[in-house]
Amino acid sequence: MPPFEPVLLEAIGTPESHTIASYRARGGYAPFEKLLAEKQPVDVIELVKSAGLRGRGGAGFPTGLKWSFLPKDHPGPVYLCVNADESEPGTFNNRILMEDDPHQVIEGTMISSYATRATTAYIYLRYEYPHAWDRLQAAIDEAYAAGLLGKNIKGSNFSLDIYLHRGAAAYICGEETGLIESIEGKRAWPRIKPPFPAIEGVFRKPTVVNNIETMACVAQIARRGVDWFRSIGVPADPANPRDPGSYGPKLYCLSGHVEKPGCYEAPLGITLRELINEYGGGVWKGRKAKAAIPGGISMGLMTEAEFDTPLDFKGPGTVGCMGLGTAAVVVIDETVSIVDFLHNSCRFFAHESCGQCTPCREGTNWNLRILERIRAGKGRLKDLEILLENGTTMGMMPGSTICGLADGAAWPIKNVIHKFRDEFEDYIKRTNPEGWMVTDPVPALQIVGAH
Amino acid sequence: MTSHALKRLTPEMVAEIEALAPRYPDRRALVLPSLHLVNKALRHVPLDAVVDVANVLGLPPAEVQDTLTFYQFFHQQKPHGTVRAFVCRSISCALRGGDELLEKLCSQYGIEPYGTTDDGSLTIEPAECLGACDFAPCVLANDDLLKNLDPAAAAAALEAVKIRADQQNAQRPQPTTHSPMEDA
Ligand SMILES: Cc1cc2nc3c(=O)[nH]c(=O)nc-3n(C[C@H](O)[C@H](O)[C@H](O)COP(=O)(O)O)c2cc1C
Ligand code: SF4
Ligand code: FES
Repeated sequence: MPPFEPVLLEAIGTPESHTIASYRARGGYAPFEKLLAEKQPVDVIELVKSAGLRGRGGAGFPTGLKWSFLPKDHPGPVYLCVNADESEPGTFNNRILMEDDPHQVIEGTMISSYATRATTAYIYLRYEYPHAWDRLQAAIDEAYAAGLLGKNIKGSNFSLDIYLHRGAAAYICGEETGLIESIEGKRAWPRIKPPFPAIEGVFRKPTVVNNIETMACVAQIARRGVDWFRSIGVPADPANPRDPGSYGPKLYCLSGHVEKPGCYEAPLGITLRELINEYGGGVWKGRKAKAAIPGGISMGLMTEAEFDTPLDFKGPGTVGCMGLGTAAVVVIDETVSIVDFLHNSCRFFAHESCGQCTPCREGTNWNLRILERIRAGKGRLKDLEILLENGTTMGMMPGSTICGLADGAAWPIKNVIHKFRDEFEDYIKRTNPEGWMVTDPVPALQIVGAH
Repeated sequence: MTSHALKRLTPEMVAEIEALAPRYPDRRALVLPSLHLVNKALRHVPLDAVVDVANVLGLPPAEVQDTLTFYQFFHQQKPHGTVRAFVCRSISCALRGGDELLEKLCSQYGIEPYGTTDDGSLTIEPAECLGACDFAPCVLANDDLLKNLDPAAAAAALEAVKIRADQQNAQRPQPTTHSPMEDA
């Protein structure tokens, strides 16, 4: 395999990579100007569709297809909301793009706005990214000064404003309708769908929500073309007409117990093992890996034996993970207790549930309390059954909640207990020799605050 | 809309809010930007300020308060420290000592998580993933990301942020319409 030349990260580490001068010197903004002068919005939608780009925010929904759901001939306004809430534990690629190459993101936002006829784009940026805020705002200012934003851009009849909107430290604001509610000034309670945002989104107008990395991919597709994009990654399975394939480069975030944590660009479909060994310098301290999260904590774990699974949109699902998610790989070494891992996961979701749906609000809190109890040496085998029951009944998939946060909370529970059941049972029996077999109800140890 | 006498918002703050108004078709969308503005100036958002924001935006105060309480981010009872430190405890940081870091820092400064030191210089809060897992374990202290920390390095880095914050505060004009009752 020839070494892969990074594209999305091409400028990272070069001097002044965040400036418009650097971006222009790399060929940036010329593609936008060309599309604006020569192509109609529908042509741009076709371009992105034929590239096979799938959203990088977690769900992998085909981007061009999402855009084509917007009502035709709507009097407007149409809005684009760029999702920079990036809060899935393990994920930081949006941050690097925004801090070190903000113009790539801005150009992608311009092209996507042109394609969708959006005249206002909001970039919803999490509070925890003050440096990205400054860099993006500076880039937007430079773009206005260069006549790339504002009224009648470059003499066309296309006008666009881009505004930054700051979040307030809540994971749920990354869920697209929670994000929309948050922009509107309300609590970030996800909406019941349908209607989908394309029909009724922010300010009750047609809206597209896309991730920051998706925007960067759009910019590169415009610059380098469909064939280039489709030459990278894993092609669609010809035997399965519903498989959209996994095309293009991907930013993998690698953290946890590896020697060289970082954000690495590789073709979709690299295996977990290649990523850890060829990019991450191997497992830290010469230890062995026990397992790894393939794409953010919601996805569950892949065991060491499953590390040859390709990290494309399909791969993680073949080994019992929810999917590729955000492609944030977190490696845990052989010394980590699986009980501690699941406790951390449950604590996160109990803290971040927005509280709207009872199965999620109560479920995430009870899951955490049960894990607290197990860790305190008061676990029973029965607790695993309760956890599994919660894990299989809360979420959009079983149909009991409004948004996918509950699925993300439930998946690691099912997946981890299934894959590491022996370790859980050993732990419970060892730490609670008197009571592991009890099945009567027992009191919780600790009350945990809701979000 | 601003017929009420404003208790906590200065004319400059109102002007800043109004400058953002053309960005949104609905004034309610200014709630979060306004809360951030207040929080930056007062390090909390007291109820008087909520009423002010509501008056400026032409909304019932309950609507603003409803939004505020959703985001645990905004303290209401009393200001957070001049330095607000978010210590990440999510998975990548936890795997490299994030929980221990939080514990050590709290005991070193003699406060509980979410607590503020008596001199008002530092608040320590547990946080979920800060999006900087490549630098785990990490802390966001005001606008500074403190990377690859062990407890000793963290305390030293926090002290440096404190000094910077004091310098910035000395330069910044303090809000004039301050009612001391509020912070009690
Ligand atoms: C609980 C939850 C949190 C999410 N957080 C994010 C996020 O931080 N960033 C993001 O881009 N998408 C996030 N998503 C996915 C968004 O709802 C949406 O699918 C995505 O922004 C669409 O962009 P894309 O099509 O470009 O991937 C989240 C989804 C859920 C259910
Ligand atoms: S599933 Fe959970 S996070 Fe999503 S809307 Fe319901 S309570 Fe909120
Ligand atoms: S887990 Fe701590 S920054 Fe991501």
